Amino acid sequence: MTSDPTLHPVGEAPSAATTASIEKRASRRIAFEEAVLPPLVALVLAAVVGDVLILSFGQSPSAVYRLLLDGTWGNAYGFGQVLYKATTLTFTGLAVGLSLRAGLFNIGAESQLAAGGFAAAMVGVLLPAGIPALLCLPLYLLAAGFGGGVVGAIPGVLKARFGAHEVIVTIMLNFIVLALLNYLVSAKFHVPDTLHTPELASGALPRLSDFLEPFHGSAANLTILLAIATAIAVGWYLFRTRRGFELRAVGMQPAAAEYAGVSVAGVTWRALAASGAIAGLGGLNYVLGYKHYYEEGFATGAGFLGIAVALVGRGHPIGIVVAALLFATLSQGGLAVNALVPKQMVDVLQAVVILAVATSVPEVRRLLRGARAGASRG
Amino acid sequence: MILLAFLAQTLRIAIPYLFAAAGGTLSERAGLIALALEGYMLGGAFCAVVASHYTESAWIGILAAIGGGAALSMLYAVCTIRFRADQVVVGIAINLLAIGLTRFFLRLLFDSSSNSPRVAGFQVEGSGTGFGALVQNPLVWMGVLCIVGVAWLLYRTPFGLRIRAVGEHPIAAASVGVPVARVRYIAVALSGMLAGLGGAYLSLDQHQFTDGMTAGRGFIALAAIIFGRWDPKRAALACLLFAAAETLQIRLQGTQALPSQFVEMIPYVLTIVALAGVVGRAVAPTALGRTTTE
Repeated sequence: MTSDPTLHPVGEAPSAATTASIEKRASRRIAFEEAVLPPLVALVLAAVVGDVLILSFGQSPSAVYRLLLDGTWGNAYGFGQVLYKATTLTFTGLAVGLSLRAGLFNIGAESQLAAGGFAAAMVGVLLPAGIPALLCLPLYLLAAGFGGGVVGAIPGVLKARFGAHEVIVTIMLNFIVLALLNYLVSAKFHVPDTLHTPELASGALPRLSDFLEPFHGSAANLTILLAIATAIAVGWYLFRTRRGFELRAVGMQPAAAEYAGVSVAGVTWRALAASGAIAGLGGLNYVLGYKHYYEEGFATGAGFLGIAVALVGRGHPIGIVVAALLFATLSQGGLAVNALVPKQMVDVLQAVVILAVATSVPEVRRLLRGARAGASRG
Repeated sequence: MILLAFLAQTLRIAIPYLFAAAGGTLSERAGLIALALEGYMLGGAFCAVVASHYTESAWIGILAAIGGGAALSMLYAVCTIRFRADQVVVGIAINLLAIGLTRFFLRLLFDSSSNSPRVAGFQVEGSGTGFGALVQNPLVWMGVLCIVGVAWLLYRTPFGLRIRAVGEHPIAAASVGVPVARVRYIAVALSGMLAGLGGAYLSLDQHQFTDGMTAGRGFIALAAIIFGRWDPKRAALACLLFAAAETLQIRLQGTQALPSQFVEMIPYVLTIVALAGVVGRAVAPTALGRTTTE
């Protein structure tokens, strides 16, 4: 009756469970090592390249790095700026990370971010003054998510329906959407003699400096809570819901997922639409928290850095938040060291980090697995 | 007369696209996404100006542009072929690296954050912007010839056959003795050199390097490749079409006929339409973007 070897006799169940839990812990450790090593390699390499650039400018690397830290984490204003930049990057990083989990590459976070910000600014123009911020917030969230979500859904539908490659479509859409927004602002909605829309009358989010005086002057605002909530929501969705499981299954093995009854086309367009919506929410950091209007160019670069953040954060919400802080520190640090070396050095370092992570991920995995296979054999 | 001026301006705008599209076609046909064309062009534009600034020779500038484009493309090739890194990520990183390096060295060499000093370039001063000036610029001839050359290379030579083979089915190619990695390295290096020349045309034509001067031209070239369905001649026609649209936009400036932003969108909209298969489906080389495990 129990000849089937897959059915364990009752008495042995605990020991089997223990082995399973040990194996699970070991495989978790392996996954952790494979996830964390590449970013560390990348940081070391970036530091080396940074040294070369600093020395070529005739400065001392240690002095420059000390200045970089002092100007970012060393004082409240600099830290506030880091938090502000990290907030936007958390949104775009989560957006790219979510699409990566589905095996899709969203290069369009920049235009989705801009579209979300624009949609929120339009709602801000329509709302009358004097409405409490808490009542406005859901409207702004809907608008920003919808604005980014529509831009994200286009490549999703084109991929699901026609197989159009999402990388190319999102790149092309970046140019199209930014040109369209440029037209709408410059021809229809701008305040005369400026390049921005009118200020929103109600619903602006308070800055951190409203509660903590030392942050005075920095742009950090309560959108940061929204970013953390979004990171938690994405983590919960990916790892605790059926839809999230389907999404990850499609990302790992689309054919197997399809065979198991998952609609790959459905996951594809939903993942890209959700990714766009998350990037769109990032627009609130600028529109609700900082300037209170939409201005052309506020999203510039945040999309590509979002890819870097998702990559360095290894597609995990916690990693993405940490990586967003890292890249925000680099951007703000560039301004801090500009007196000694050109702030453009930071652009080079960011590119080096991306290159090194992308290149070392397959290599680290191969080396670790090779070493482990060798250890288990010998 | 107006037509002639229109055609001259179209060709003038199209030249950098032709260079980059010719190079990008080689890279894509070999199976490697040409996402870094923008970076190669920017690197080439910068190297051309730096070299011709110090040597006062536009020809040495051209050599430097080829070198700069090749260096960036070899970095891309090593990361994606040797280390099997994701092509999209590396392509984007190369673009960011080119922006960062040119900005850094602009500050280091010329102490400016916006532009380099003036260099002579090729054109004889005062000969206008019509065909007369264009035919004096050797880069114009090279741009037209490189499309013909790439078409010949791809379809008429054994090496072209190998490029197409490793782009369609690398494992099959390897099994009949084609050195897949080497063919891909060469294809990518050529793409970097050609795109670098496109950048050199830009900066030498404007007699200086300005920060971010390629302004998305590498992506327009990529759009032309896809719209031209990965065929050099059709890609060249797409380049001319996109350039004609730009010329039209410049001519219409000031009139309220059509907002310039809508003309800007034309290449990108056409590319998406082509990808979605509305007018004859664009089908990419089968192994494009795949990491081979041979």
